[in-house]
Amino acid sequence: MIPVIQREVVDTKKWISQEEFLDAIAVTNSLPGPLATNAATYVGYKLAGPLGSFAAVFATALPSFLIILVIVIFFSTIKDSIIVQNIFNGIRPAVSALIFFAVINLTKFLGFNKINILIALGSFIAISILNIHPFITILISGAIGFFFSRRGRIK
Amino acid sequence: MTLLINIFLSFLKVGAFSFGGGYAIVSFIQKEIIQNKGWIDLKEFIDIVAIAEMTPGPIAVNSSTYIGYKVAGFWGSILGTVGVLLIPSLLALILSIYFNKFKSQKWVKWALNGMRPAVLGIIASAGFTIGKVAFADYISVIIGSLAFIGVYKLKINPFLVIILSGVLGLILYSVII
Repeated sequence: MIPVIQREVVDTKKWISQEEFLDAIAVTNSLPGPLATNAATYVGYKLAGPLGSFAAVFATALPSFLIILVIVIFFSTIKDSIIVQNIFNGIRPAVSALIFFAVINLTKFLGFNKINILIALGSFIAISILNIHPFITILISGAIGFFFSRRGRIK
Repeated sequence: MTLLINIFLSFLKVGAFSFGGGYAIVSFIQKEIIQNKGWIDLKEFIDIVAIAEMTPGPIAVNSSTYIGYKVAGFWGSILGTVGVLLIPSLLALILSIYFNKFKSQKWVKWALNGMRPAVLGIIASAGFTIGKVAFADYISVIIGSLAFIGVYKLKINPFLVIILSGVLGLILYSVII
């Protein structure tokens, strides 16, 4: 969704510069929640203050909201048919494959070092095996990152 | 009314904590909505993720709309969606206002150094939990492997991979059962 926003606000409307947009992505990336609505908040604020943010988030979320609303109403009526069941039996493993693919991409992006591997592995085990809330792993990992970065162990 | 407030608060929590966006939110919904509240089962949630993958918009919005509607109808979908977006948007607004100050803060960068790999673990565990349900028999293992080759080696786009896997599922499962 980010390339779509970029084309619209940087190239077409020329509301903000390319550089400003990349900065916005880098920083909003550190927040919880969807990157698309976070970036929209920033662009909206730049153009028209807090109300601009509100308008941008609202407009970014509205199409998906409406589409899903139509789908959920329709899907509930056909969900139990054997054809739909078989289709989704095929789709579910594909979803796992897509997530696995995302993990591999992210691994390449992060790069390997001891601390990265330990944190990633640790949070995986904590959530999947020890049933710890993912929020806790985020907090602890943030603290570890802070601690090691301050001592110059990671850059 | 209590149910609506419940939906709002649960998605507020999901939104506030879901660092990493995208697939990371799957893990948070799994914990908060499926495990703690039991509002939908894991199978149906995987179907939502698939639908989210095929439709435009963030997974967070798609899931909260869908689950909110399932649990409490139209107002459920509104409150779920507002809930999931409220805190991230407020934080993003505050951050936009103090953008230049925030950008140069060292401690932010330091904390992110640790949080980034954690997001990797969070997404991997979402894949793990989904995989346990999705890989129910050998046909699903075949389809999953093909889907992975498709997206990783052949660089087919995810939308098409999901469609093709659905077709494959329809054919293989109809023939065998």
